Amino acid sequence: MGSERLTKRIIACLDVDGGRVVKGVQFEQLRDAGDPAQLARLHASAGADEIVLLDITATSAGHRTLIDTVARTAKELFVPFTVGGGIRTLDDAAQVFDAGADKVSINSAAIARPELIGEIANRFGSQAVIVAVDGKRGDRPPEAAEVYVSGGRTPAGRRVLEWVREAEERGAGEILLTSMDRDGTASGFDCELTSAVANKASIPVIASGGAGNAEHFVDVFCRGRADAALAASIFHFGTHAIADLKQTLLKAGIPMRWPC
Amino acid sequence: MIAIVDYGAGNISSVKKALEHLGVTAEVTSDPRVISQAEKLVVPGVGHFNRCQPLNRQLRLPLLEAFSEGKPFLGICVGMQWLFEGSSEAPEISGAGLFQGECSRFPAAVKCPHVGWNQIDVCEHSRLLNGIPSGAFVYYTHSYRAPVTEETVASTEYGGAFSAAVERDNIFGVQFHPEKSGATGLKILENFCGL
Repeated sequence: MGSERLTKRIIACLDVDGGRVVKGVQFEQLRDAGDPAQLARLHASAGADEIVLLDITATSAGHRTLIDTVARTAKELFVPFTVGGGIRTLDDAAQVFDAGADKVSINSAAIARPELIGEIANRFGSQAVIVAVDGKRGDRPPEAAEVYVSGGRTPAGRRVLEWVREAEERGAGEILLTSMDRDGTASGFDCELTSAVANKASIPVIASGGAGNAEHFVDVFCRGRADAALAASIFHFGTHAIADLKQTLLKAGIPMRWPC
Repeated sequence: MIAIVDYGAGNISSVKKALEHLGVTAEVTSDPRVISQAEKLVVPGVGHFNRCQPLNRQLRLPLLEAFSEGKPFLGICVGMQWLFEGSSEAPEISGAGLFQGECSRFPAAVKCPHVGWNQIDVCEHSRLLNGIPSGAFVYYTHSYRAPVTEETVASTEYGGAFSAAVERDNIFGVQFHPEKSGATGLKILENFCGL
């Protein structure tokens, strides 16, 4: 059965606060890297297979700003576009879809009320629902990884593998797995945790947290068995053009969309 | 004017944005009169086949009229699957039956849904895919797929070959999302607009 032609995806993530793109190192210290609409287009034309916009403040006051940002970003973007952060209800999700998102990513709200996954999936389809899981395991094995919520600050009291299984059963279309241990460290993805999740899930798994160089991506696709890999700052600051990254991955035998 | 038929199947704003980007006037509508007056029709759709019921009911007449008049018609994703006889996703709901065969779920041997960029093998004679080379990448997100038939003008391999695009006279269907397939997708939509 030929599934080998389905490419692995490179996803550029824009962390947005108040309508501007920022990037936290371990979700703290933020740096301004520009306008989301412009950056999204730049990434898409540079070869990003998908764009994710994560609203990292997501206060209720900021929701209107987010919707405007989503609409502006979606307007001239012709690759898949996911929006996450602060989506707590079906109505929040509907507004984000109306503004032009193709998928929503839900995290804390899904932990708080898992029915939300099914509600959005029933109305917009499973393909439109990504459940984001922030996992932390320290030196423990992947099976012991715990889910964190509220931007990685609060333990949710759930194991990552068990939550991923439940999210899939409830109608999630993809899992966005962020390693809180690696996020912002540029020391590489947590391939052990990623492969444990990918083995457990029958839906695609997007790996996130720790991307620092092209070898890290090779690793997360080979050892980590990820379907997609997401990174933020390494693309924004031009340290690794997406084209160069894809060339390296192609040479390593990983199917990539190229030329774009 | 191109009518984008809104039958309640999730989010369809991205098709409108893509057509507007190409400088084409497009209207999202569920009004049978607007559909009747349109020069071309696009039936987008993501999600479950059971959402197709309005196409068989209140929108049936203007759609049948469009087919018989030879009005260019493009079904996208579930909108293409509806052109077939039906889908095992919702056996109680019939498709338009314009193309032979039933849509079915991917085999268990591959991850389902099929999400991401995959390549198409293109037939030379396709008007919709004019200028699109075999090997071009398009974006998919779906769990069910249509079989390869005589009217398949592009196919993709994933758990076996399935119809990526079908074409007969002025009736076209694509399983992938041209509105989300970068420059390749925009070119396909441009071809459709130029028919």
